[in-house]
Amino acid sequence: MTSLTAKDKDAVRTFWAKVSGKAEDIGADALARMLAVYPQTKTYFAHWKDQSPTSPSARKHGITVMTGVADAVTKIDDLKGGLLSLSELHAFTLRVDPANFKILSHNILVVMAIMFPTDFTPEVHVAMDKFLAALALALAEKYR
Amino acid sequence: MVEWTDKERSTVSAIWEKIDIDVIGPEALARVLIVYPWTERYFGTFGDIFSATAVLGNAKVAAHGKVVLKALDSAVKNMDNIKATYADLSRLHYEKLSVDPDNFKLLADCITIAVACKLKSALNPQAQATWQKFLSVVVDAMSSQYF
Repeated sequence: MTSLTAKDKDAVRTFWAKVSGKAEDIGADALARMLAVYPQTKTYFAHWKDQSPTSPSARKHGITVMTGVADAVTKIDDLKGGLLSLSELHAFTLRVDPANFKILSHNILVVMAIMFPTDFTPEVHVAMDKFLAALALALAEKYR
Repeated sequence: MVEWTDKERSTVSAIWEKIDIDVIGPEALARVLIVYPWTERYFGTFGDIFSATAVLGNAKVAAHGKVVLKALDSAVKNMDNIKATYADLSRLHYEKLSVDPDNFKLLADCITIAVACKLKSALNPQAQATWQKFLSVVVDAMSSQYF
């Protein structure tokens, strides 16, 4: 199971409450940065006409991903159980190499630092890093 | 050899100019110790670094953060020769300090996040890509003299 302490979960929930209004912008910006800074991630989007970081497809997908993160915050007490179907999707249909979860997580953290520089304290940083790592672990649950 | 376009060179310089080493250095090192607590193993003489509050108030952490970030200046001034520029530092970190080179990447990520807090949207995706490319070259150079 995850190693999220009660303190971590509180920090995540509190921070998320502050930032959730900007979830769409966070998602779009994080996805754009992932494509720009780690171009190898574009290989998963060969079916898009426009794979550039600011394309409509990229923005839409960033929003989709962040909606998943928002949902995970509500299921923070049981990520493995709560994200079962998403895990199956990533394992059997999308088959995203789990190394990429780390890459996207890093970019989500960068966007949070940019958009909420005073709220994204080191304590919030570690709680969010742990939460995204636990989320990634839950997503990879069904891989093998 | 690492290739840099003119745009990449000016992006790195522009970012470096906006960074206050005395602020970003301590912040980046504090984040490393708080977010990746196993790194505490390298700072046995720093006193209490075992909670976020302690780290953030620790004068030795702040002083050392400045030392570490100041060292990045050599890379900014020698972009075509980063590997040679850091050979001695790399040897020091391997032979005397016994630092696991994976930690260089953790520090690079925390520097990026500290810079992101300062520059905010001025660190656009392209700038972030260039900055991270620059840091990854430094990380490789720091690992280059290990075994």
